[in-house]
Amino acid sequence: MGVFTKNHVMVTGGQAGPTVMLSHGFGCDQNLWRLVAPALAERFRVVLFDHVGSGRSDLSAWNPDRYGRLEGYAEDVLEICRELDAGPVVFVGHSVSAMIGALAAIAEPERFEGLVLLVPSPCYIDDGDYRGGFSREDIDELLETLDGNYLGWSSAMAPVIMGNPDRPELGEELEDSFCRTDPNIARVFARATFLSDNRADLPQVKVPAVVLECSQDVIAPTGVGAFVRDQIPDAGLVTLDAVGHCPQLSAPEATVQAISDFVTGLR
Amino acid sequence: MTFTSGHVHDAASSGEGFDEGNPGFTVPETAADLLDDNAEDLYDNAPCGYLSTYPDGQIAKVNKTLLGWLGRAREDLVGRLRFADLLTVGGKLYHETHLAPMLAVQGRLDGVALELRTADGGRLPVLVSSTVKYGRGGRPLLIRTTIFDATSRHSYERELLRVQREAEKARAEAEQARALAEVERARLQRVVTTLQRTLLPPTLSAPEGMEVSAYYHVASADQVGGDFYDVFPLSEGRWGFFLGDVCGKGADAAAVTSLVRYTLRAAAVYDPDPVAVLNNLNIVLNHEYNGDDPRFCTVVFGIITPASSGFTLGLAVGGHLDPLLLRADGTADYISTRGGLIVGVFPDPHFATTTVHLAPGDALLLYTDGLVEARVDGADGESDARYGDAALRDHTATLAPTTASDLVEGLTGLLTRFGDGLDDDTALLALSVPTPPERDDQ
Repeated sequence: MGVFTKNHVMVTGGQAGPTVMLSHGFGCDQNLWRLVAPALAERFRVVLFDHVGSGRSDLSAWNPDRYGRLEGYAEDVLEICRELDAGPVVFVGHSVSAMIGALAAIAEPERFEGLVLLVPSPCYIDDGDYRGGFSREDIDELLETLDGNYLGWSSAMAPVIMGNPDRPELGEELEDSFCRTDPNIARVFARATFLSDNRADLPQVKVPAVVLECSQDVIAPTGVGAFVRDQIPDAGLVTLDAVGHCPQLSAPEATVQAISDFVTGLR
Repeated sequence: MTFTSGHVHDAASSGEGFDEGNPGFTVPETAADLLDDNAEDLYDNAPCGYLSTYPDGQIAKVNKTLLGWLGRAREDLVGRLRFADLLTVGGKLYHETHLAPMLAVQGRLDGVALELRTADGGRLPVLVSSTVKYGRGGRPLLIRTTIFDATSRHSYERELLRVQREAEKARAEAEQARALAEVERARLQRVVTTLQRTLLPPTLSAPEGMEVSAYYHVASADQVGGDFYDVFPLSEGRWGFFLGDVCGKGADAAAVTSLVRYTLRAAAVYDPDPVAVLNNLNIVLNHEYNGDDPRFCTVVFGIITPASSGFTLGLAVGGHLDPLLLRADGTADYISTRGGLIVGVFPDPHFATTTVHLAPGDALLLYTDGLVEARVDGADGESDARYGDAALRDHTATLAPTTASDLVEGLTGLLTRFGDGLDDDTALLALSVPTPPERDDQ
């Protein structure tokens, strides 16, 4: 099976022009981009996909070894880039996908024109002077919360998600399944997300980058965005006037503007 | 939905909860009072928590029930905290990564399990449902949330989850054990195959002018079988051959099989009289296994001596199935060897003897009981019918006259057709004297 099916890749927008690849983070799927993708598609070619284990990806392709490490997701990103064969892309990574994009860009920099790191955090756990915002116990508590919603998931959601990955329209059923993931898969992704420490990787990023942070974000607290900017050789920082960890939903216009500014500034 | 005063009045006067005799209740003056009072009172004192937040999460309104559960004052919450601030850190992470996006995309949440932090540092398990109230242009205005105390449900679910975890763990362990057993079995099969090979002769050494052929069917890849055979040269132009079956299977039987094979070869060198060979084998088996684990075998042993035309075979038989003789004229008959006792049981057994002349075009077949005891479908549908002596004779007669290799090949096909019916090891050994090519006298 091709990577397009494996990652449920969707391409919209113009055939020419810069390619902007939108990569969702832990928790949801490509529907997270629904308020920004149409506006971006007016100016760019937009590539959407689901990480394996999320959304409408092929769950049979999931295994805990490959997808228990951010490198596994980064390999998928590179596979999609190879398959697209559209020249270097601007990769927009939300949350943990920011680090996935950084790892992919370190491995094969020629495939990336630039990186938009949307509310990134290279390390969620406090370490010495570094303030990631969380302790190891906090992450364990998140895993517990995921488990607490296990029963609700398995009985009601499994048939919807497993049902028919080829169904084209995004019906009400899909909305019901949005952000609902098999808890076993979610637990593995949660560990990979919140227990990874990619601080030492940031200086290896050799492509231009911009960090977009929110003014109030419990997951990527103030200071983390500046840390990421300072560690990447060629990076800027934009603070969006937005609350929460999903500016593409809470402040879609500002998010589109910041992404567009970065893409046009590259040429 | 509109309430008429008539409806309300009917409901009140019809009884439940408004019994005038009960001093705990007062009947409201008018239906309108009842409705107004209830709306406000229901909001504040409902059996669930109510919470309204702005789209950015700031708390706009909260009811008394929820304040009571949290142990907090209204002014500490409204305009000061966000909904996520009421959650545990894990819940906060879950809210930001799952719930906030779900609310933004689909406008509602149903029955999400979370824990609230109370003022005294405790945790309250709750089930949360939310809907978004939209204004003009589809802009979200408010998020309305109902919160149910899920303490009892929580412990029940914890228990379910614990049991499910244990079941998953057990399943994983069983899977691991199965994989390990698979590896063990493969290893055992390699050992068995190797051992089996060492028990059978790598090549059969036939006298000039005689063709020999053999086949060994292994019934179980997990166990070494007890069938054995060999053809080997002796001094003075003679050859020895044998075929037999050690009782039992597995490692113990394999040890006996090995002993029998080498004893027969050595005994034939020492004294090539077939009966003497079997007597020597009997003595060895008696000595070796005289404890509470007696070991014995059935065997046909023969000495091949060249004759003017073909060969003379002197046979001694100890409790084994009668050999089949296929003549050049196309007949097939058993050579009767009745009266021979199995080897290794009795101190001084009698063995049957006979002499066969194998002329050009003749073939002799030795076989073990796996062949005749293979399960077949009986003529009357009887399920545990056995192939049997008569069927074997009739079948080989259709092959006669034949050569050793053709005979073994034909019988190998028969064994294959038995399929699962062939549940025992089976050894075949055939000796034949080829017909000389016809002379062209013209």
